[in-house]
Amino acid sequence: MALVSRMFIYIAELLEECGKAVFFFWESLTLTFSKPSRLGEIIKHMEFVGNKSILIIILTSSFTGMALSFQIYIGFNLVNATNLVGPTVAMGIFKELGPVLTGLIVAARAGGAMAARLGTMRVSEQIDALEVMGINPKQYLVGPRLIASFLTLPMLCAVFDFVAMFGSYIFSVHLLGLDEAIYFDKISQWISFGDVCEGLIKSAVFGIVFSMVSTYVGFYTRGGAKGVGDATNKGVVNSMVLIIVFNFIMTNIFRFIYVVTR
Amino acid sequence: MSAIEIKDIYKSFDEEKTFVLKGLDLKIPKDKLTVIIGFSGTGKSVLLKHILGLHKPTRGEVSVLGKNLWEMSNKQLIEMRCQLGVLFQHAALFDDMNVLQNVIFPLDEHRPHLSYKEKKAIAMQKLEMSGMGKEHFKKLPAELSGGMKKRVGLARALALDPKILLYDEPTTGLDPILTEMVDDLILETHKASVGTTSVVITHDLMAGFRIGDYIVMLDKGKVLLSGTAEDFRNTDIELVRRFVDKGLKKN
Repeated sequence: MALVSRMFIYIAELLEECGKAVFFFWESLTLTFSKPSRLGEIIKHMEFVGNKSILIIILTSSFTGMALSFQIYIGFNLVNATNLVGPTVAMGIFKELGPVLTGLIVAARAGGAMAARLGTMRVSEQIDALEVMGINPKQYLVGPRLIASFLTLPMLCAVFDFVAMFGSYIFSVHLLGLDEAIYFDKISQWISFGDVCEGLIKSAVFGIVFSMVSTYVGFYTRGGAKGVGDATNKGVVNSMVLIIVFNFIMTNIFRFIYVVTR
Repeated sequence: MSAIEIKDIYKSFDEEKTFVLKGLDLKIPKDKLTVIIGFSGTGKSVLLKHILGLHKPTRGEVSVLGKNLWEMSNKQLIEMRCQLGVLFQHAALFDDMNVLQNVIFPLDEHRPHLSYKEKKAIAMQKLEMSGMGKEHFKKLPAELSGGMKKRVGLARALALDPKILLYDEPTTGLDPILTEMVDDLILETHKASVGTTSVVITHDLMAGFRIGDYIVMLDKGKVLLSGTAEDFRNTDIELVRRFVDKGLKKN
């Protein structure tokens, strides 16, 4: 009985936390569009999330594209279907790996930094100082980070897709010896613009998810340096888990839309 | 008239199981320098956060410049906060901005009609007023000493010419020489800013004796004694006597 009641308490607390996070997100987002304009802050955070993540995205995506091509080649070679390596890799990259890996990489890098920065500002009373100056900290600190992540993740995802496919092309055509014309022809037959957009929409949602989680835990940090460390850890772990969960949900939603509109 | 009026406030952080403030009544006189003292854990910082509108009292009323903080709209609260300047315990400077940018920041937000040159001139004047040399204007907070950070924090608090200046434990963690320097700075700033009410929250009774026009002592979430330095020296309240004697012996 005690176990059941403890479970109910845990679920109630979890729901309460989720409700608070959604309210926090909504308040921050609506405040961002109120005056004064925070365009400068949005651009600053876009540079932080985007520009500073691009090198790591290029590195990981090129190797992901090559490794995926090799694995699929090994499998398809057994059934003499190596001409389908290109479209299979493209499908995996555009719809799943591109948005998910971009989301995870940026959540680890920028999300951790967001949680740590806001946490430090909270424990060193900088957030209180903003509030006392008559500046809404959610409008100044949280909203621009949410918008910047929402706008930047699809761009990074596009870079990931392009570089991963380039890596796949080099590996498949120039190292594994697949026919170049067939490689591109099959991709253009199988992959539509909608498939690319599906991944980009997913990445925009992941941008909102990781920035919301990271800013939320950072904003409500308590307990000095330990609190900042815990908030950073919580921000990164929760963001990553939620990105994976949201990916599954969105894949199903897109599949449903595809079936309904076919 | 009182600049700040606190009527019978109670504050609990655990659904009214325990209270940090227990029916606190306080009037802070206008244009005076009031020092609020008390042992650690008596609710001084919680009281400050109520005055700033950062905490909502569980019961009771907090009025600043004649207006109840919790009957205000968001816009009114922002306007009210522009009339308050706060020097935080660790200065709370924005660590990604240099000294000058820290002081210009509130002007950027609340005086958008001013040109950058005008804002810079105001910021430099406030920094010089709080004793910061020009050679430090481009430094980041991490490159400043504790005393310098307090000076920049004070300049930032003064940037919008507030009607009420609040100091949260301004000398905690400083050596005796710096402590005296900060106390003098508070006194000089109060004298230079005519029509400004200053409130210093500290556990340093001697600071109260040296700079305060009016002293308030808190204990267990209530006002134990309020009055002038003379009232504190002549009181019969045992706890105040011990606090005074210890303070005098230390000095």
